[in-house]
Amino acid sequence: MNSVMYRNIVRFVLLILVQALVLNHINFLGYINPYIYILFIFLFPVKGSRSLFILLSFFLGLIMDLFLDTGGIHAAACVSIAYIRPVVLKFCFGTVYEYQTIKFNTVDFISKLSYFTILTLIHHFILFSLEIFNISKIILVLQTTLFSSIFTIILSVLVTIIFSRKTK
Amino acid sequence: MQQIVNFIIRNKTFLLFLLLFSVSLTFTIQTRSYHKSKFINSANFLTGGIYNSMNNISDYFDLKIQNEILVEENNQLKSILYNIKGKNDSIQLDSTLLNSPYHFTTANILKNSYALQKNVLLLNKGTEDSIREDFGVITSKGIVGIVDNTSKHYATILSILNTTSKISAQLKKTNHFGTLTWNGKSPYFTQLIDIPKIAPVKVGDTIITSGRSSIFPKGIPIGTIYDFKLDIAENYYEINIKLFNDMTNIEHVYIIENIDLLEITNLLKSNSNE
Repeated sequence: MNSVMYRNIVRFVLLILVQALVLNHINFLGYINPYIYILFIFLFPVKGSRSLFILLSFFLGLIMDLFLDTGGIHAAACVSIAYIRPVVLKFCFGTVYEYQTIKFNTVDFISKLSYFTILTLIHHFILFSLEIFNISKIILVLQTTLFSSIFTIILSVLVTIIFSRKTK
Repeated sequence: MQQIVNFIIRNKTFLLFLLLFSVSLTFTIQTRSYHKSKFINSANFLTGGIYNSMNNISDYFDLKIQNEILVEENNQLKSILYNIKGKNDSIQLDSTLLNSPYHFTTANILKNSYALQKNVLLLNKGTEDSIREDFGVITSKGIVGIVDNTSKHYATILSILNTTSKISAQLKKTNHFGTLTWNGKSPYFTQLIDIPKIAPVKVGDTIITSGRSSIFPKGIPIGTIYDFKLDIAENYYEINIKLFNDMTNIEHVYIIENIDLLEITNLLKSNSNE
């Protein structure tokens, strides 16, 4: 149990630092940035307390907002995907989730990809609609959501493959 | 009572979610208005410190370009200095400079940002260097923004690349003035609105600050006119301005303090009260 806790604390700090110092300054094609700090929310243990999980996600987003001077948009997006995560888990993994025995490095690739995709799309949509905050620019919101999501999903899948520990 | 407690216990995750979501929405809405984002900004010891130590390393990668910019500026200042006629014979005393109402401080940009809609930059000078809010920030080429929040060692700047930013600007040739805004599209262009139809607007003309806001002195360059069109009512021009500054690459900036700022604001306040 302790090793799980330490791993999550290290992941929390590392993801924030990498996101704030490196990934926020990529600006591919002028405005496309990957937001892979939400990997923390993807990979948080399923068995943990739900209130604690939502609270941690809130602070994760708030620290991101501190770094980016964006008010509370990351916090709002993170809290939302943390709240709806059980529904997405059930949709993507089905029976495995019912028995609470998911290990993210053993599930098959397609369901993991769809799980990442759904949560990333929701997170980015909330993020960019709050940032732009203008109904008349809905096309811009959808456009940035789409491009940033593709970038985020590719990077998150790569990171999980690279850092997954070999199962014996 | 029992039922209410039961309800809260049953829905505690949903209520927690609602609470945190509304807290973050409040923070978001606070940043829409100027000077309201007191709690959530990067001018604190944690994020400011991390950005500062990161900047100590990344400074070196950019040295060559920044040196070239400084040399260019020195060249420009030298040419102004030696081309003034009739002033060379009288020695200017240092104390006469103290009477000028603008005071300059140098600073470094710790965090640049230009890809968002509401871009905020971070500086390595704060209240200990007597930087207060509403001071103007410029580079050698043109304007950058206005100081928004300050902490002891850091300050955030509301960039001109911020959709809420409004700065008074005018044509260099004539005194027709308007408001400098940003439509959030390209970091190389800003928009100047409310220039009356009667003004002689031409592509390539220079736009400068108007000095009407008491933040920037008159005559700081902003950019050149790229294209222009009349607005829907056909009374005012909407002008696209190509910035002199490359906002994606700024490192050394100057902070302008207007020493008469307090006097001017007090005067305006007493006028509006009557």
